[in-house]
Amino acid sequence: MKSLAELAAIREKMKDKVVLREGSGEIRVVVGMATCGIAAGARPVLNAFVEEVSKAGLADKVTVSQTGCIGVCQYEPVVEIFEADKEKVTYIKMTPEKAAEVVEKHLKGGKAIQEYTISNAIS
Amino acid sequence: MKELSLNILDIAKNSVKAKAENILIKLDETDETLTLTIKDDGCGMSEETVQNVMNPFYTTRTTRKVGLGIPLLKLAAEQTGGGIEITSDCETDSHGTTVTAVFFKNHLDFTPLGDVVSSVTVLIQGSPDIDWKFVHTIGNESVELDTKELREVLGDVPLDSYEVIKWIEDFLKESYESVS
Repeated sequence: MKSLAELAAIREKMKDKVVLREGSGEIRVVVGMATCGIAAGARPVLNAFVEEVSKAGLADKVTVSQTGCIGVCQYEPVVEIFEADKEKVTYIKMTPEKAAEVVEKHLKGGKAIQEYTISNAIS
Repeated sequence: MKELSLNILDIAKNSVKAKAENILIKLDETDETLTLTIKDDGCGMSEETVQNVMNPFYTTRTTRKVGLGIPLLKLAAEQTGGGIEITSDCETDSHGTTVTAVFFKNHLDFTPLGDVVSSVTVLIQGSPDIDWKFVHTIGNESVELDTKELREVLGDVPLDSYEVIKWIEDFLKESYESVS
C-alpha cells in the first residue's frame, strides 16, 4: 500500500532537483483541455505526454502544461509545442500513440512530425 | 462526454479559472444514486450569471460563442431522471461556487463514471498550487485524497513532479481496489 513515507523519500530524492526546475522548461508542451479538448480525448493525450517525457529523461528540459480552448475545436485534441527561437508547432487530432512518437522524434530528436501538424491539414 | 469523470474534469476547470485556492470534489454513492459535488472558494458568480451558465449559448471564453460544460453535465444528470443545482456567492467573504449533480445509476442513460483517478491526477498536474480534496464515498467505505496532507510531507517539492503525480495515481488506484 502506498504510504506517506514514500512521499518523504521522493522529497529527499528531489531536494537537489528543485533548484534545477526553476531553469527548466526550454520546451513547453501545451495541451488544450477545455470542454472541446476533453470531449475529444485530451486527457489520455496529456497523460501520455507526462509519462513519456519522464520516461525519456526529458523532465528537466520539457514542461507539460494545460490550457483552455485554442480555437480550432474541430481539430482537437490539439497540442502546441513552444521552443525558444523556434516557430510554434501545432499538432492536431492527437492520440496517446502519436504523443509518444512526438516525444521521441520531436522533443528528443529535434524534428517535428509534419504529418501530424495543423499546417499539413490545411495546406 | 463518454465518461462522467470527463465532465468532472471539465467542471472542476471552471473552479480553477475562478481562481479558487481550495477545490473539493465529492462523490457519494448509494445503491441507486450518485451525487457529485464540486465546491470551490473562487470568485463566485452573480445570480444572473448562475442562470446564464445553464444556457449553451453563454460562455466566458473568447475563442467562440458556445459554452457546453454545464449544459453537458446537466444533460448527463437529467437523462437519468436527476438534475443539477448551482449555488454561488460573489459578494461576501465566503465567496465561491458549489455545483451539485444527482444521477440515477440504474437508469439506462446513466453515463458510467469511468476513469476518475485519471481526472483527479490531471487536475492536480494542471494546477499544482491549488489545494485539492477528493472524497468518493461508496456505501460505508471511501477513497480520499487531500493535497494539504501531501504538501506537509513534500515541503517544497511541487505536486506536479512526475514522481508525485505517479504516487497519487497509484495511491488512488490502490484505495479503489481496497473498497471494491
